[in-house]
Parts: sequence; structure tokens; C-alpha cells
Amino acid sequence: MNGVRVLVGTRKGAFIFTSDSKREIWDIKGPFFAGLEIYHIKGSSVDPQRIYASQASDWFGQVNHRSNDGGLSWETIGNKFDYEGKVGTHQDFSGNQIPWKFRRIWAFEPSPTEKDTVFAGAEDAALFKSTDGGMTWQELPGLREIHANMWMPGAGGMGLHTILINPKNPDQIFVAISAAGVFRTNDGGQTWSGINHGLKSEYELPNPEAEVGHCVHNITMHPSNPNVLFMQKHWDVMRSDNAGDDWYEVSDNLPSDFGFPIAVHAHEPETIYVIPIKSDLEHYPPDGKLRVYRSRTGGYSWEELSKGLPQKDCYVNVLRSALAVDTLESCGVYFGTTGGQLYISPDSGETWQTVAQNLPAVLSVEVQVLP
Amino acid sequence: MIRVILPTYLQRLANVGREVQLEVDGEITFLKLLDAIEEKYPMLKGTIRDHVTKERRAYLRFFACGQDLSHLAPETLLPREVLIGSEPFRIVGAMSGG
Repeated sequence: MNGVRVLVGTRKGAFIFTSDSKREIWDIKGPFFAGLEIYHIKGSSVDPQRIYASQASDWFGQVNHRSNDGGLSWETIGNKFDYEGKVGTHQDFSGNQIPWKFRRIWAFEPSPTEKDTVFAGAEDAALFKSTDGGMTWQELPGLREIHANMWMPGAGGMGLHTILINPKNPDQIFVAISAAGVFRTNDGGQTWSGINHGLKSEYELPNPEAEVGHCVHNITMHPSNPNVLFMQKHWDVMRSDNAGDDWYEVSDNLPSDFGFPIAVHAHEPETIYVIPIKSDLEHYPPDGKLRVYRSRTGGYSWEELSKGLPQKDCYVNVLRSALAVDTLESCGVYFGTTGGQLYISPDSGETWQTVAQNLPAVLSVEVQVLP
Repeated sequence: MIRVILPTYLQRLANVGREVQLEVDGEITFLKLLDAIEEKYPMLKGTIRDHVTKERRAYLRFFACGQDLSHLAPETLLPREVLIGSEPFRIVGAMSGG
């Protein structure tokens, strides 16, 4: 029988939840790396026992951990992220140009084909690659040739927070940066282009349709259809049918089109999930009701999913990396909140159960299905 | 022989006790001491100071002989008491957050 392993990064350590395919009874282990922020913890699809965890703090900087036994034991791996060539500058909040400076790793993305290849998304925004299981890292500096002097941090920092690899063509990689936008390479990271045509940021940018500068919160794709991308922007849920060349809005009847994460159903490429948040100032669900919204039409209409979720007095947020799906026959949907709850739905969002109520604020959720 | 006291997390990371001892020859500056710590415990690289800029982590402090030595230049010589081991060099997780 298949099992499920849920990897949860929080403000005060990492937790690992396991269950069988029924997903009713959960075993919880942790905290790992207790007391320290785990921005992201993610396993390899090539070798599910290999897991990477990104830990960052103002006390001890960036420390990376790797497990080769599914989280039973951990070792530290390379944490030197040196920008290639001329470092260059980007905008800061004052409008001045300041030099790039490494601060933390927001995301790991293990290669879907090579066990020892893994990508890391950094703040200040850059993409790094390792081909030795994370022991050493090299920047793919072509990304920062795309008007990088115009990039500017969002409130959470100028992080490269999302990395998508086309499973049918691993040389095609998409990355999202706050607040710069979405970028694509078709040659494994040597050259890049900004793919932000169609994004409109009326409240955030002096030119709402600027080539770069959009605050993209999260992007996702279905592995069977990598030409179709979905995006939760600062405001607006967006869709592209041509690998990001053009975007159009699919927010339709959502109660708010502000939010952070977005996910695609494991078996239905046109079924997507978002968790609406009231506004950029009010980072909590509209009306104090925690609701997931699902579209089975690729964003053209949305339905509310709330059975088992708190429907009054709920004022938590769900961060960009804190929503995930599993690949079991009945697709499971998982998300964590800044209030420390972990919710799971074993039936594609129809019903929800609370797996944990009192974790530290959840930063990331990833799921693995185990043989 | 120089005695260095590490904060709890770095003890855990390096798999050592509270105090470590280092044999360092010649004129010992802050820079040389930090180099020696990282050479003996490579897993601490990038934790006490930035890998590239060599800036001290914002929330770490260096104390010795009852003084805060955090802001001294890297080329400053260590106090004699630290050099002879009668006083430890303390790396401290600073107060932050109120």
C-alpha cells in the first residue's frame, strides 16, 4: 500500500508527517532543526529518500541540510552561494541601486531526472544549481541579465521563490521572483527571457504592464501539460496557454483574487486550487472564513470548498509555498497556515481534516507518495 | 591554545561541546582566529560570518575579557588573555527581538 510523507517547513523548525494511503491517521516527527526557520523542505522525485531542507536565520545565516534516508538522519551540505561575475545592482525601497547580496534560499527544486542535480532559488534573487547533491553551488547568471537593475524587493524580500522544471524537457525552467516577475529558460539556464506579457499591476507599478517588476506570488503547472501555466499574482489569478508568452486573467468569481499559493490537481490538468486572502493589507481570509477555491475549468469558474475548515473568526494566512497535492488515485490536497494549522483533504478538496493545530507558522508544505 | 565558546546551535552543528580549543601560531588576529575555527570545523563556514563578504552575522557577538569586541577590525590582535587561554573567546547569539 502506498504511503504519504508530508514535509512541513515552519518558523521554528521542520516537521514530517506520514500516513498510509487512507490519510486518516498521521504520525508526526519533529521539530527538526528546532528553533530555526525552515523556508523549504522538499524531496527528490528520482530518489524520494533524498530530502533537502533550507534553514536561514539572522543568527547563523544560511545552513542547508540533506537527508538520504527519508528524514531519519541529516547532514549539512554546501551553503556557499557566490554570485557569478560582476555582481551588479538592483533597486531598493528608496529607489537607490544597491549591490546584490546573498541572504537566504527560498526554494529547492530537485531535478526530475538526475538524482544529484538540484536547483536553489535565492534572495537576493538568483538561481543556483548543484550537480553534486548540494555540496557545491554555481549560479546561472544569465537570469540576472534581464533588466535586473529594475528588480525590487517585495515586503518579504527579493526572493526567487518558485522553480518549475518542465518534466518533458528539463532544459525548460520557469522561475518566479518577488517583485520582478516570471522568467523562462529553454537551454538549461544559460539564457533567459522575461515572460510577463499580459500581467497588469495597476496598483503596484507606475506602468501597469511593465516588462518586469510584477509581484508574482506563485506559479504552477501540470506535468502532462507544461505549456499551460497558472499564476497567483499579488492581485489576480492568471493563466498562460503558451508557456508564459502571454497571460490572461482567470479570477472570475473568486471572493478575492489576492492570495499566495496556487496548485494543480494531480490527475486533472484543468483543476486548480487557490486560497483567497482579503487584501495585501489584510492577510487573512475574507469574512474570517477559511476557504479553498477550486476551478475545474482551468480558472473560468470557481467553487468554494470549506467542509471541515473554520468558517468564522479565522484570521490566518497561507503562504506561497504552503499548498501542495499528492499523486494518489484520490488526489490529496494539503496546506499549512501562519496560525500553525495543517489541513489535508484526501478527496480533492471536498472535505478537510485538521492534522495539526499548533505548529509554528507554516512556511512550506510538500508531499511525497511513497511505494 | 585558544579557548572558544560556541553558542548552542553551533555546538550542535559542529557536534562539539560548549568549548573548543584551537592551536594557532603567530600573531593572532580576529580574522586568523575565525579562519582557524572554520578550518577545524568546516560545517561552521558561513554561519559566524558571510561566506563571501566575511561580515559577522548580524545577531552574533564576540565577547572576551568582559568586553564586546564585535566591532573591532578583522586585523586587530586578540587580547593577550585570550592568546594564552586564561580567558575564552565567546561567540554569542545576541539579544534580538525584545
